[in-house]
Amino acid sequence: MKKLLTRHETYVFLVIIALCVIITSITPRFFTLENLFDLLRSYSFMGIFAIGVLFVLISGGIDISFTAVATVAAYTMTVVSIKYGGNMLTAFLIAAVVGTALGMLNAAIIYFFNIPSIITTIATLNIYYGILTVVSGGKWIYSLPTWFREFGEIKVFTLTSGEGLSYGLSLVTVIWFAIVILAWVILRYTIVGRGIYAMGGNLTSAQRAGFNIFFLQMFVYSFMGLLAGIAGVIQVLLVQTMAPNSMVGKELDVLAAVVLGGASLAGGTGTLTGTLLGVALIAIMSNGMTMMRIPSFWYNVFIGLTIIASVSLSAYRRRREKRRAIAVEVE
Amino acid sequence: MVTEDKVLRKYSETIILILVMLAAFLLMGLLNGRGFFQFGNFQSMAFQLPELGILSLAMMITMLTAGINLSIIASANLTGIVMALILTHYVKPEASGLASGLIIFLAVCAGLLVSALIGLLNGFLIATVDVSPILATLGTMILLNGFAIVLTKGYVISGLPQPIRFIGNGLVLGIPMPMIIFILCAGFMALVLNQTPLGVNIYMIGSNPVACYFAGVNNARVLLKTYLISGLYSGIAAIIMISRFNSAKADYGESYLLMTVLASVLGGTSAAGGFGRVSGLVIALIILQIVSSGLNLLGVSAFLTIAIWGLILILVMVVNTLTARVQTKRQTT
Repeated sequence: MKKLLTRHETYVFLVIIALCVIITSITPRFFTLENLFDLLRSYSFMGIFAIGVLFVLISGGIDISFTAVATVAAYTMTVVSIKYGGNMLTAFLIAAVVGTALGMLNAAIIYFFNIPSIITTIATLNIYYGILTVVSGGKWIYSLPTWFREFGEIKVFTLTSGEGLSYGLSLVTVIWFAIVILAWVILRYTIVGRGIYAMGGNLTSAQRAGFNIFFLQMFVYSFMGLLAGIAGVIQVLLVQTMAPNSMVGKELDVLAAVVLGGASLAGGTGTLTGTLLGVALIAIMSNGMTMMRIPSFWYNVFIGLTIIASVSLSAYRRRREKRRAIAVEVE
Repeated sequence: MVTEDKVLRKYSETIILILVMLAAFLLMGLLNGRGFFQFGNFQSMAFQLPELGILSLAMMITMLTAGINLSIIASANLTGIVMALILTHYVKPEASGLASGLIIFLAVCAGLLVSALIGLLNGFLIATVDVSPILATLGTMILLNGFAIVLTKGYVISGLPQPIRFIGNGLVLGIPMPMIIFILCAGFMALVLNQTPLGVNIYMIGSNPVACYFAGVNNARVLLKTYLISGLYSGIAAIIMISRFNSAKADYGESYLLMTVLASVLGGTSAAGGFGRVSGLVIALIILQIVSSGLNLLGVSAFLTIAIWGLILILVMVVNTLTARVQTKRQTT
């Protein structure tokens, strides 16, 4: 119990519960399975991005180019699928390969030239997105293949609501959860996962301990790229349109969600539970505001305040812990 | 010989930058032909540079302390909106010159007050609460953008009174007004950084905050002042922005964020803090302006231009890393 109270995730969870109670007391439509399934579907692409960002943050870096990577991957996938046909598997494969390649390029620049990851990814965001916009002419693609359209509507199981409308758990959500489990296994049970934590905690120590920093950097940024590619396809599935300008600009929202979940920019810390709670908090806040009919232009004010409160709380607790550690030393 | 060597090394970065500037100038001149060398082209460059220039100064001073300020654009937009709201509400076309002049003055003061408060908020979060600069300014960026949208409901506020437009578009003795403001801002920043204890402390915090603290410097106060100056500069940039656009909106100038980082880094400001000069930044801004005007005259798409900026940013960082490696090798042998 005491251990739970020291964890950031507990506070985020309590805030979520409080929010749910408030929203439900105002509008009963919020606390329904139908709304839950809808949220799980529409936030799956943000959730997948968030896992990639978490990996990068744990490793002590930062990546904000993933929205551009996702756009390039999704665009390539759409164009190839329309021109040469294919199926869902090839679609995901194309996007995954493109995403991984662009992620590797990020990693190579960061590793070989020792350029801070924030500057590298600010630059590559603009390079990837700039070139894509020139190549695509910024045109939206609506005429997606039928097999692609249908995949987005597949439900794992369906239920019927009181009004006779059917709803259910989308296959897209299942993909998201599968990735969560994969990420959890990597972080917790593999040497690579422990290496990512070690590298983020202290790069030199990790190197001395025998971790291959080059491989770990490559892994982290290409995993981010891979997930960005998959998230890009899912975004196209959700909106049934390939719009080149629909994702870029949202990178800081995803970063905010991960940070709300307790990951620190200093590296070495962060959990999947926290990240999922962070995404949930953002999803519930925005959904709840719509349901409570609060004008949408208040959205950023609330998100901004929540982020400032959350990062301030983390910083305050970190300082208190440091002070305690010093006190022990003096004794 | 030794002193000469030292001087050469001290200014080697500046000399390289000036050579790059000349090369960019010649290249764009060759590609564009006579159109590039016309007086009108230079004048429009002189009108375009100051906005980005002042925002880059706001970015650079935080980078010197090993920080970053992601909120400068959001802060400039919010400040601009506050000023534009006051101006469009209280300046009546039938009012006398003196009355409207007073209101314009008050609007500018209110705007600067807002930007100063934003700077203090950032400073408080970073210096006192000890939040990392990226996260603190990410939070304030989203918050300020939120306030800007709430105040405008997402619309453009336009139709500013005539006199304010002089600030962004007027000429004094043939020199564009924004350029005069920029020169004053850059001069003041150089003065603060090179001639005052605050400037010395800013560089020291960027190099080694712990050593700086044990040298008896109040780190928190220095950081607070740094972000206060950064906020004020984005406020000054806002005055020029609303005057040049003749309007204010929540999402103007979003691509400037990349450009301010690029200009600072190109000008020799280290992202790890502690190094960087105003003169380098000014030359870097001139290079960027020459390239951007040149590409624009050539009819290159704005998106491709942005991609080229990204590429230049990486190239500059690569060159910096490689020269640093060569230098350390030389020192050890």
